[in-house]
Amino acid sequence: MPLDKKEIENIAWLARLTIADRAIAGYTKDLADILALVEQMQSVDTTAIEPLAHPLEIDTQLRPDEVKEEDQRDSFQNIAPLTEDGYYIVPKFIE
Amino acid sequence: MQWESVIGLELHVQLATRSKIFSGAANRFGARANTQACAVDLGLPGVLPVANEEVIRMAVKFGLAVDANIAKRSVFARKNYFYPDLPKGYQISQYELPIVSAGRIQIRDNGTVREIGITRAHLEEDAGKSVHEGFPGFTGIDLNRAGAPLIEIVSEPELRSAGEAVAYMKKIHSLVRYLEISDGNMQEGSFRCDANVSVRPEGETRLGTRAEIKNINSFRFVEQAINYEISRQIEHIEAGNEVVQETRLFDPDKNETRSMRTKEEANDYRYFPDPDLPPVVIDEDYIETVREQLPELPEQKRRRFMEAYGLSEYDSGYLVASKDTADYFEAAVTVAPGQAKPVANWIMGELGAALNRDNLGISAGKVSADMLAGLLMRIADGTISNNIAKQVFEAMWQGAGSADDIIEKQGLKQVTDTGEIGRLVDEAIAENSAQVQQYRDSPPEKRAKLIGYFVGQVMKKSRGKANPKQVNELLTERLT
Amino acid sequence: MHEYTLMELSRLLREREVSSVELVNAFLHRAEQFNDGLNCFISLFPEHALERARAADGLIAAGEAGPLTGLPVAHKDIFCTAGFKTSCASKMLDNFIAPYNATATERIDAAGSVMIGKTNMDEFAMGSSSETSFYGPVRNPWDTDRVPGGSSGGSACAVSARLVPAATATDTGGSIRQPAALCGVTGLKPTYGRVSRYGMIAYASSLDQGGPITQTAQDAAMLLSAMSGYDRRDATSADVKVDNYLDALNKEIKGLKIGLPREYFSAELERPITDALDGALKLFEQAGASIVDIELPHTELSIPVYYVIASAECSSNLSRYDGVRFGHRCTDPGDIMDLFCRSRSEGFGNEVKRRIMTGTYVLSAGYYDAYYLKAQRLRRLLRDEFRAALEQVDVIVTPTTPTAAFPLGSRLDDPVAMYLSDIYTVSVNLAGLPAISIPAGFSHGLPVGMQIIGNYFREAALLNVAHQYQQMTDWHKRMPGGRQ
Repeated sequence: MPLDKKEIENIAWLARLTIADRAIAGYTKDLADILALVEQMQSVDTTAIEPLAHPLEIDTQLRPDEVKEEDQRDSFQNIAPLTEDGYYIVPKFIE
Repeated sequence: MQWESVIGLELHVQLATRSKIFSGAANRFGARANTQACAVDLGLPGVLPVANEEVIRMAVKFGLAVDANIAKRSVFARKNYFYPDLPKGYQISQYELPIVSAGRIQIRDNGTVREIGITRAHLEEDAGKSVHEGFPGFTGIDLNRAGAPLIEIVSEPELRSAGEAVAYMKKIHSLVRYLEISDGNMQEGSFRCDANVSVRPEGETRLGTRAEIKNINSFRFVEQAINYEISRQIEHIEAGNEVVQETRLFDPDKNETRSMRTKEEANDYRYFPDPDLPPVVIDEDYIETVREQLPELPEQKRRRFMEAYGLSEYDSGYLVASKDTADYFEAAVTVAPGQAKPVANWIMGELGAALNRDNLGISAGKVSADMLAGLLMRIADGTISNNIAKQVFEAMWQGAGSADDIIEKQGLKQVTDTGEIGRLVDEAIAENSAQVQQYRDSPPEKRAKLIGYFVGQVMKKSRGKANPKQVNELLTERLT
Repeated sequence: MHEYTLMELSRLLREREVSSVELVNAFLHRAEQFNDGLNCFISLFPEHALERARAADGLIAAGEAGPLTGLPVAHKDIFCTAGFKTSCASKMLDNFIAPYNATATERIDAAGSVMIGKTNMDEFAMGSSSETSFYGPVRNPWDTDRVPGGSSGGSACAVSARLVPAATATDTGGSIRQPAALCGVTGLKPTYGRVSRYGMIAYASSLDQGGPITQTAQDAAMLLSAMSGYDRRDATSADVKVDNYLDALNKEIKGLKIGLPREYFSAELERPITDALDGALKLFEQAGASIVDIELPHTELSIPVYYVIASAECSSNLSRYDGVRFGHRCTDPGDIMDLFCRSRSEGFGNEVKRRIMTGTYVLSAGYYDAYYLKAQRLRRLLRDEFRAALEQVDVIVTPTTPTAAFPLGSRLDDPVAMYLSDIYTVSVNLAGLPAISIPAGFSHGLPVGMQIIGNYFREAALLNVAHQYQQMTDWHKRMPGGRQ
């Protein structure tokens, strides 16, 4: 079941990607092909199988509550596109 | 038509850890912008979150304190959405398997006690802050708060009025302070509230469409916002309209809520288990160890205060509502044994008034528990009267020193010398012959009332220092 | 000098037959000479490398050399290297100088190695041909009109062409083993959690794993020893003892039980690859191993399962590239949404966008259960099948790829065809198992690989079997013609 233009646009919006109108057809086809491949999964009944999120099924490692990081603002903001007075700067938006 | 309001609260409580929930950066308020945001908090490429063990312990503490179910296995999930102050494009939270679920807490509102269900409490990371002033045409992003640990406490929609909502919120506020898992500082955003509000006709069991009021940061505003929202929804429905499910903001200046205009489509957060963080697994032993370390909780303390100190339900309820007040009370009673009731009265009376006047918390007040106890001891041993004590208290508040110092320096010691009091009594009798006559003409049952006038006269002459009991006795004797 | 293995070079250094400066100069010279044609390096750092080499020579002279002191290596440009550009082969990170080191490369560095450069790859490790790089396609040194495989094509190519004796790489669905096979070198994907993922730019976090690409299993053992181990900065890192991989190499394989999954020998498999595997199995039997038929019945589902899980994780992992704190930012954004959308659309290439779109879709409301959760259930099924098989046998032997290197551009417009080139490798990532690919023969003049899959944290066993095979064969010694 191929996705329609509106669905493609909605996915792109959720992913914050701009897709040019001329590229929509390409995405529609590619996603349809991929989803057709993915449909193969439905051939197996998995109702009795628990989902597996981590291959080793380990517990998480926890960290002691200690402050380990020093201020590295200058180093981090050296690679930032736009900063002022220590702030990251973006176009004004209303909350 | 009679309407019933249905309210559920989501409280976001910042946990008082040293470091952040997933990084070793300091969890501290008020630093210069972005100086406490490390690579993990900034969501730089390649870096990974590692959960703070203290955050887990704090959540378990909270869960135990509200009789909740503690999950032996809880899972961090990603909530995906884009926002300029959300560095990774997702917030690490808990979704299907929160660490705390199915708890309950008792609230008292207008004399009635109700039990309110706590649906769940889950751990998550805070986002940063957007600063809209100071950058014309732009917004500045400060990520110091990004990654601060939060526990989000979600109530069942069982609150029925703004008053109940505030009572519930205060109860949770008090509890997290008791548990020492949060400073509860509302000005700094450590304790924030989202309120889900709907209304329905009395007797209806289905829920009405709700509005979510975001980020209300004081008890008073919660009350105002909910009351406004209830009226708005009722008026809206009675005018023949339907309530729309939406997010609203409370404007305290205008005392109204207004719709947040966002993009049309609903959010689709695409939650899934965070692959960087395997499940948090704890066992029964761990839970029991935390349980053993729980401090005395408000309800237990209230019962103990009633039994150990003979206080009324009201007084003990007042004292335990805040841990600082309860601690202050017990510290004072330790210094002034046997004075529990006067200590309670003074905390609720003079001290409470002074704190209110200066807008101070009890631990920041200018009269410490030791000082108050010292003052009350002087009432108990008859050194000063209750009235003089108020004067001494005021002087202590102004920083004039301990009760004993003030009594000594200002010569406020009660006069108990019978000769001296007798002289003042005689003066008063001599100066008020008309009243004396009236007293003597009255039947005995009315005399008790009339004697008050003479007591006042004598006290005035002694500048309040005469022992009222002695004054009374001498007057009764000499007026006859 | 370039034909020597890492182990041989290490001996030459220790015996003062050659200095680290000479070695590094020689490899830098080759890298500079051949990179124009092969495009396997994104960056070369001659000054840094020579400085490190001089320091290494000092340590060797002082008798303070570590296991890798003075040996040139290259790192896949997915590992963050403090102070050096770390691009992930994306326009998005073309300007990104990492402020920190990845644990894996930092450990290799601490063992004394000399980083000469960072290798090219598929953008954000998404691809099987190293053609999706912002810096242009990597070429296969055996036939420069063909792909080297991917996503670690730059590392495989550089080792194959002997431009560096060893390189790091990462493997999410075959990205170490498949290019190793297609370039005729040795590539090991360790057990999930064996090598820290800290500082390794994420593609799909529950599948990604770093590992070595080298000429030999012995060299892989050297590099893996340095890379491995628990790291408290990675909550998925395994707190499991690191075996002595070098000591394990020389064990006899007599009595070894080798499993052979019938499902892997399907019609799509090129005949010469089947022949290569048959030859290898004969050698193993001669050495005293036994071959046992095993079943991995749902192998064909591993591709759809992999693409659902990997795309889902990548769609979320790549949300941090928003133009605010680092990386590409569009010029003059009109508003915040324009900043996000345009920065991302300009910064990411087509395959990355395709996978973000797929991942966003499979996680979205109404599809989560049918796709993502379904894939996770099948992931358990696939893992359990491996577990059951590995109770019967010590290792599993399969082809690494169904075909030898394919022509450049031949699968770029057909994502599904490209995905199918990973059919023999992805299920290993889904299960989190370790596997190695080693050269096992040729198909029409192009190298082909044999994959050996082992049980969790049994890298030593894999390296042992691979090393024993390399003692009996010389496929791993073959070098691309005309490139010396």
